[in-house]
Amino acid sequence: MIQFVRPILVVTWKDILLEWRSRDLVVSVLVFGLLVAVMFNFALNVTPQRVTAFAPGILWVTFTFVGTLAMSRAFVRDSEQGGLEGLLLAPVSRDAVFLGKALSNFAFMLLVETLLLPVFGVFLDFAVLSWSLIATVALATLGFALVGTLFSAIAVQTRSREIMLPILFFPVALPLMIGAVEASAAAIGVQPGSVFSRWWPLLGAFDALFLVVCPWVFGAVVEE
Amino acid sequence: MPGEAVDNAIAVRGLEKSYGDTPVLWRLELTVPWGEIVALLGANGVGKSTLLRILSTQTRPDAGTAVVAGLDVRCQASAVRRNIGVLAHSNFLYDDLTCLENLTYYARLFNLGNPQQRAMDTLTTLGLSSRAHQRARSLSHGLQKRVAIARAILHRPRVLLMDEPESGLDAGAISGLRETLKDWTASGGAVMMTTHNAGIASSWADRVGILANGKVRFPDDNQSGSLDIAMAVSPIAANSGMLG
Repeated sequence: MIQFVRPILVVTWKDILLEWRSRDLVVSVLVFGLLVAVMFNFALNVTPQRVTAFAPGILWVTFTFVGTLAMSRAFVRDSEQGGLEGLLLAPVSRDAVFLGKALSNFAFMLLVETLLLPVFGVFLDFAVLSWSLIATVALATLGFALVGTLFSAIAVQTRSREIMLPILFFPVALPLMIGAVEASAAAIGVQPGSVFSRWWPLLGAFDALFLVVCPWVFGAVVEE
Repeated sequence: MPGEAVDNAIAVRGLEKSYGDTPVLWRLELTVPWGEIVALLGANGVGKSTLLRILSTQTRPDAGTAVVAGLDVRCQASAVRRNIGVLAHSNFLYDDLTCLENLTYYARLFNLGNPQQRAMDTLTTLGLSSRAHQRARSLSHGLQKRVAIARAILHRPRVLLMDEPESGLDAGAISGLRETLKDWTASGGAVMMTTHNAGIASSWADRVGILANGKVRFPDDNQSGSLDIAMAVSPIAANSGMLG
């Protein structure tokens, strides 16, 4: 077990160290998220009467855009000087490589979402410090990170990787998006019903499915 | 050196690889004994890098077998990777990490004991200890190449696969690399390298092979050795009669 987990942590450590050095990804993604939040606020003319109906959708459209932007950079540093090639030449399973990259993407997305949530709480007037909302964000982000990492690995091998990623990513992430919006609506009390009964199990099921399928597909993607 | 029961460091039989309808390697036969440096000459596009990519488990052959350090590149890819050190055109370094961090990262991936010390020792071996805390981005191309060589030998592989190892190095570094490779083979390891430089090939290598028409030939086996080497690096020779 340690033999499997160690390379995952090594890959994640490397990504976090690289991001700490440049800070270009987190900062640019955070600024982008803030701009989207402000634009939604004005474009939809959100009033106190309508805010609760819009809040979950605005939240997750922003998180999805932010996630796509972050994922588009996930393998760029690795491909620039052949780092991915070097990684694949190490005696490390492809599953571990994938999970290491997915874990670092998950951490980056969670960090940005943690910083953006209070902003949304202020703009849209809902309680951010809700365990059910935090758990919903974590569950949905895990799924996004898994799918996004896979499609990022595919997109980085194409010429038009910036446009290729959303084209590949959005259709597959749509069920997660629906589950996340509905679970968030229940968590912040916009819609009646319990997140426990329906939407969390759905998000959990997608996470489990992606956790099995994505590493397997990644292995095939990186094999020439 | 472990694995002495295996006769050859590299044994290739009937290897074939095509890209689309274009065959690159065709029924290729090659052996590299332990303790030898084998250099492959050939013009651009004859498949030198493809052959190295197959031997380093990065590319799957269409047919044939390739055994490196006694391990099949198709069925035992992970074990092969533990036994090889690869120097490619890309240096595999991360610009924003220091030389020491880059090597420590690879040492951890190879699950080496005391990775930071191992990384530092390897940098010292190649005369790069003063550069250990410099970011890869700030180094010249030649120095990056030397760090890449340090990365390739970091885990003390039994077989070194090097694609034009001399490119970008100054005369002193080339001389140092030659000594490193000689020491490597003297301790029982094997080196297979490609190059366009016939002079380096003939002075460094125990055997010089020519890759053309999808096959490797060793000029020493016939009477036209020097002519073959001259022809090998000629693009006209490479483009004529491919797989004819």
